[in-house]
Amino acid sequence: MVTPSRINLLERLPLLKTILKSRAFQPVLMLITLFVFVLAILTGLFGTPAGSRNFNIIFVWIVWWALLIIVMVPFFGRLWCAICPIPAPGEWLQRRGIIQRRTGRLLTLNRRWPRRLKNMWLQNFGFLGVAMFSTIILTRPSVSAWVLFSFLLVGVMLSAVYKNRIFCRYVCPVGGFIGLYSMLSPVELRVEDQGICASHTTKDCITGNEHGYGCPWMVFPGNLTRNTYCGLCVECLKTCPKNNIVINLRPFGSDLMVAKERRLDEAYKAFIMLGCALLYSVVLLGPWGWLKNWANMDTLPHWAIYAAAFLAINLLVLPGLFWLVTVASRRLSGQAVPLRRLFVDYAYTLVPLGLSGWIAFSLGFVLVNGSYALGVVSDPFGWGWNLFGTAQAGWTPLWPTLTAFLQVGTLTAGLLFSVNTAYKIARQNSQDHRLAFLATLPVTGFLTLVTLGFLRLYLG
Amino acid sequence: MRWLHTARIWRLPLLIGLLTLAWLVFPFPGAKAATTRHITLDASQFAFSPGRVHVNQGDRVVFTVAAQDVVHGFYLDGYGLKTRVEPGVSQQIEFVADKTGKFRYRCSVNCGSLHPFMIGELVVGSNTPFWRATGLIVLAAIGMLVYLWQSGRVQEMKQDGTLQSSTP
Repeated sequence: MVTPSRINLLERLPLLKTILKSRAFQPVLMLITLFVFVLAILTGLFGTPAGSRNFNIIFVWIVWWALLIIVMVPFFGRLWCAICPIPAPGEWLQRRGIIQRRTGRLLTLNRRWPRRLKNMWLQNFGFLGVAMFSTIILTRPSVSAWVLFSFLLVGVMLSAVYKNRIFCRYVCPVGGFIGLYSMLSPVELRVEDQGICASHTTKDCITGNEHGYGCPWMVFPGNLTRNTYCGLCVECLKTCPKNNIVINLRPFGSDLMVAKERRLDEAYKAFIMLGCALLYSVVLLGPWGWLKNWANMDTLPHWAIYAAAFLAINLLVLPGLFWLVTVASRRLSGQAVPLRRLFVDYAYTLVPLGLSGWIAFSLGFVLVNGSYALGVVSDPFGWGWNLFGTAQAGWTPLWPTLTAFLQVGTLTAGLLFSVNTAYKIARQNSQDHRLAFLATLPVTGFLTLVTLGFLRLYLG
Repeated sequence: MRWLHTARIWRLPLLIGLLTLAWLVFPFPGAKAATTRHITLDASQFAFSPGRVHVNQGDRVVFTVAAQDVVHGFYLDGYGLKTRVEPGVSQQIEFVADKTGKFRYRCSVNCGSLHPFMIGELVVGSNTPFWRATGLIVLAAIGMLVYLWQSGRVQEMKQDGTLQSSTP
């Protein structure tokens, strides 16, 4: 049943329901993004090596990134996953078609994905792996192109071996953090009445029917309580014979309060994302040239030290400090909950602050460098073309003085959201308001210090 | 007299709000005596040296920018000053640092892979925006805690029956 704090968008906007139920809608958008994706690979491989004049670097790491982290993830959750081109070729090969629902089994070896990998750890390490090389990937078109191509290749290979979207669900380094931060989004796909799903024997949303495929994300919509693993592909909307699927507008961050699904792998994703936002701000936006050179692999030993420090901060230092915060919180409040559970629970308070940190970091380079997009749209390879007459558009930083205000606003909102989340989580573990409040204090201290750290980097 | 009770509960958050407002408009100590500052900036892939420069508000700043390896550029956020620097030919940029805060100077000519991240920092005066933002964030966190404390108490009192629920 739709709760009072939810607005059923499909009921309010019947046209949206018609569009989403159309089999052509998603593939058409994927074809468009696939075209841009292939163009990015080609420009990266054959275009100019100057990043600021190459479509690959500007459109992937500035335009797409800005749209993803500032607009899509905070407001629409996994919307990008619904139109992402990376799994498209593999999925279409599996289905032996692009738009029409083909009957028969999916074309795949149908192997079982190992149970121990059914979590976010692979995505955590995948993200860290890419992040360690990010200074190189983000600035060199050919390297960026090979990374994008390898994603596409791995996506196809995995769909040849395993059923459904194994790549998206368990491997994609980007999908992991989109899943984590989609918990904040005010849009959710759920069922209207869980009772209908429980008593429905054929479970068309899992098995598929003539209207659509079984959930490619291997999720049973009837049990959905969070956005994390729902790719918004809306196959279930097409297959559900009970008309029980809804898309709701809801308060921001509702999923953070779902206690029973909190896990260590997701908690670590929160640490890694927060740590990377801080480290990227230091390395890329800071004035320390030597650090940029180390990250840029000027010598192998320098890069090795940088990579070791990068991993240590993300996997040991930040979680270690937070462990101490959890110990302090437990002592102060006298909560009888196991320390490990508290550690995992409170790690979810880093989700709003982490996303606001990423938005603030992105604002720091997106507004300043966004004008490069005008030039590369006319000359994507940097070969001297002028397709739309904008090739000569010069570099014009957009509102560089406004950036700081936007960053402060974003960080403050993230901090307040996180503190509020910390108290609510503490209340889940303690019925006593006073104890819950005491438990919130050390976490708030930690969150405030991290926010001030961001502030020091951007304004200090 | 429920309104009186409610007013008593919310007086602390109100105080924090007023404090925040005061912090945002509170005049910081005035600028020190203005002088002329000559600063030589060496630009090389992918950093400026020095990477961070402090001047007083009102100082007349003369940047002499020299490119050490390839062609670089210089752009100063907030002041909109821009120049192109070729190796061996240094360029001078002169301005009055009348705005307080941190302003980034960036390379404005494509100089290689890390060009968009070739950044330096000019800090003018006491960096009032930073300290105001710091105060805002600390006070916002305190304000949030006070709000959570008070709203939790109100909720408890409603449950205990000490405070009548406003719902009919």
